[in-house]
Amino acid sequence: MSSKPVIATASLAGCFGCHMSFLDIDERLLELIELVEFDKSPIDDLKHFTRPVDIGLIEGGCCNAENVEVLRSFRKNCRILISLGECAVMGGLPAMRNTISLKDCLEEAYLNSPTVAPEDRVIPNDEDLPLILDRVYPCHEIVKIDYFLPGCPPSADLIWEALTALVQNRPMKLDYQLIKYD
Amino acid sequence: MDSIKKIISRYKKDRTRLLDILKEAQTVEGKISDQAIEAVAAALKISRAEVEGVISFYHFLSDRPTGKYVIYLNNSITSEMSGREKVALALEKEANCHFGQTSPDGLMTLLETSCIGMNDQEPAAIINGVIFTSLNEEKVKKIAGQMRKNIDVQEMVEEYGDGANQHDLVRAMVKNHIRREGPVIFGDYQTGQAISQVLKLTPEGVIDEIKKANLMGRGGAGFPTGLKWELCRREKSPEHYVVCNADEGEPGTFKDRVLLTERPEMVFEGMVIAGYAVGAKLGILYLRHEYTYLKRYLEYILENMRQNGFLGRKIAGHNFDFEIEIKSGAGAYVCGEESALIESAEGKRGDPRDRPPFPVQNGYLGCPTTVNNVETLATATQILNHGSAWFRAMGTPVSAGTKLLSVSGDCDRPGIYEVEWGLTLNGLLDLVGAKDTLAVQVGGASGQCLSEAGFGRKLCYSDLATGGSIIIFNKTRDIFSIVRNFLDFFIEESCGWCTPCRAGNVLIKNKFEKIVSGLGTASDLAEIEAWGKLIKATSRCGLGQTSPNPVLTTLTNFREVYEKKINKETDFRSEFDLARSVEQACQVTGRKFEEEREDA
Repeated sequence: MSSKPVIATASLAGCFGCHMSFLDIDERLLELIELVEFDKSPIDDLKHFTRPVDIGLIEGGCCNAENVEVLRSFRKNCRILISLGECAVMGGLPAMRNTISLKDCLEEAYLNSPTVAPEDRVIPNDEDLPLILDRVYPCHEIVKIDYFLPGCPPSADLIWEALTALVQNRPMKLDYQLIKYD
Repeated sequence: MDSIKKIISRYKKDRTRLLDILKEAQTVEGKISDQAIEAVAAALKISRAEVEGVISFYHFLSDRPTGKYVIYLNNSITSEMSGREKVALALEKEANCHFGQTSPDGLMTLLETSCIGMNDQEPAAIINGVIFTSLNEEKVKKIAGQMRKNIDVQEMVEEYGDGANQHDLVRAMVKNHIRREGPVIFGDYQTGQAISQVLKLTPEGVIDEIKKANLMGRGGAGFPTGLKWELCRREKSPEHYVVCNADEGEPGTFKDRVLLTERPEMVFEGMVIAGYAVGAKLGILYLRHEYTYLKRYLEYILENMRQNGFLGRKIAGHNFDFEIEIKSGAGAYVCGEESALIESAEGKRGDPRDRPPFPVQNGYLGCPTTVNNVETLATATQILNHGSAWFRAMGTPVSAGTKLLSVSGDCDRPGIYEVEWGLTLNGLLDLVGAKDTLAVQVGGASGQCLSEAGFGRKLCYSDLATGGSIIIFNKTRDIFSIVRNFLDFFIEESCGWCTPCRAGNVLIKNKFEKIVSGLGTASDLAEIEAWGKLIKATSRCGLGQTSPNPVLTTLTNFREVYEKKINKETDFRSEFDLARSVEQACQVTGRKFEEEREDA
């Protein structure tokens, strides 16, 4: 086991915007690499957990069964789990479908939409596709979440501050600019 | 459309009469039509959206067509305890439709409504403005039969209640249930005597007497009345106003109903006195829509007072003019909050205002306004009749005088009790004939739910301050049903302005149901408490600030009931069920779902 704290990240029903914001810490990435190591994450392209993880960052809520599976595996493997960004925290834009039944959603998108050619009118139904949930769930409705970092996306500075505070075991310094959203 | 135009011109295109205009339009057309909205907006020179905003705000206004008979069945907790469900089912059977719908033959519309001030005679309903009390399945059957014969709803009332409920202009089956007559409200009283006394004093002298009596607001908040009048009087303005708050919407209270039925002169006299004290020429009685059945009677009482020289020009021969007009709400609990009430009296949505400025500075039509409870004004009349020393000799040193209590729920004698401040809950429970009491809800939904440990506490401003709603629950009752009813009430009645109140109570309710279903953990309880505190701290009016009380006070006083439901092994438990949440997807695609065990 490494002596450095280990980080894992995932994007579920999100747009990868939170991960992009993460990359926006720019040259501090080099500093971060000194502080931590990465396990399962799109950043190092590791597909599976290889060891116990200290901090898991989850972007996006859950819109299908695979999201739920990934989220649960994160909870199982991570000591601290963080909802990163609006979609993970509240469902975000994908949750706009929550007021419409799944059947209506799929029919509108794949059968009735004027942009679908008559011969293409079929609801995707391959067993390799994960089953879609009845609505989009924020992460804390499925597993216990320890911290929430709001924002769409949370700013690079906020992510940096949260990670370094956790790693250095000190309270977060939340300057007004970091948590101002308008 | 001619009839709509007539209504508008009868109210002289007065913006503050928008609610009255819309209510009458609805009576004529069975709904508020698109054309009526256009006509009203044009005549009052306001936007269409403003008119629609008002219609959507109040329970009793509707732009959808309704049946010939519109039935509003009360859904308060005492109604539930008195067999509301059976009555509701019987109504659905007779109407052949569900609540929220109109029967296929267009005869009946079934709707739910919050407490209508008949807690002592539930289940109660309002049908086309007429009150029906103590309903049961048989009565529903009979009423429905009469509806099919197109009988006028007033004719369905066969037996009238006691006292002025039998008056020609009331003809209501409502019973007063006055169980204990105290010395203030039900003591010696002769109309006009106090006014004649008062007009010999200076306004400052009147305020002084009220201050000496230590009269505090009877609506629940307990603000010193003398000080309120003084603050209002001090504001420089061409006009001052007196508003009598008869919008008693707190679940379980019905004292103002009885006061306005049996002591209306005492209330109106109090308004005249307040008018003299603050320097007002106009008083408004803001009557809750549910009590519209008293309106013609109250107009008649006012006319009598005019005839006898106690209202109008040169009152009691003195150089003082004062008029009283009655304005009605259209169904909204939040309008009991004084600034929301003023907005509503101005013919707008009943959204609470930011305070300060307070109504005594900036109230009705922007002028200094004193808003007083019905009972406060009646009490003021008696203080001027009998003197502040007489008044202070009753009650406790801090809480002078008597209080009307509206008692309902599990007891032998529900009804109105006038008692001196300082009575313990135990004393009250004996008085009303309550046995095996599990809980007492003091102060309505926004008040507190007390367990036996609190029954020794005193009803007074320094301990259990209350507007007088007392609901008793015996040991056969379920705490969760009570809390659920009150939570639903606040979710329904939130005006929606402040997010913590609008969304927070829904979240608390969801969490509450999670706990009740046995899926809760200690962290859920902690979250409810934290959110409750947040809602109290960040809502701007009394509704939001008290809305988490049902759950917070039971969490304190009936902790063990919640603890029993809590899962002790884990700190987190999700309600999420993967198999159930992919059911729809399986149906649409015809696939089957087999959940892989996480640890498989």
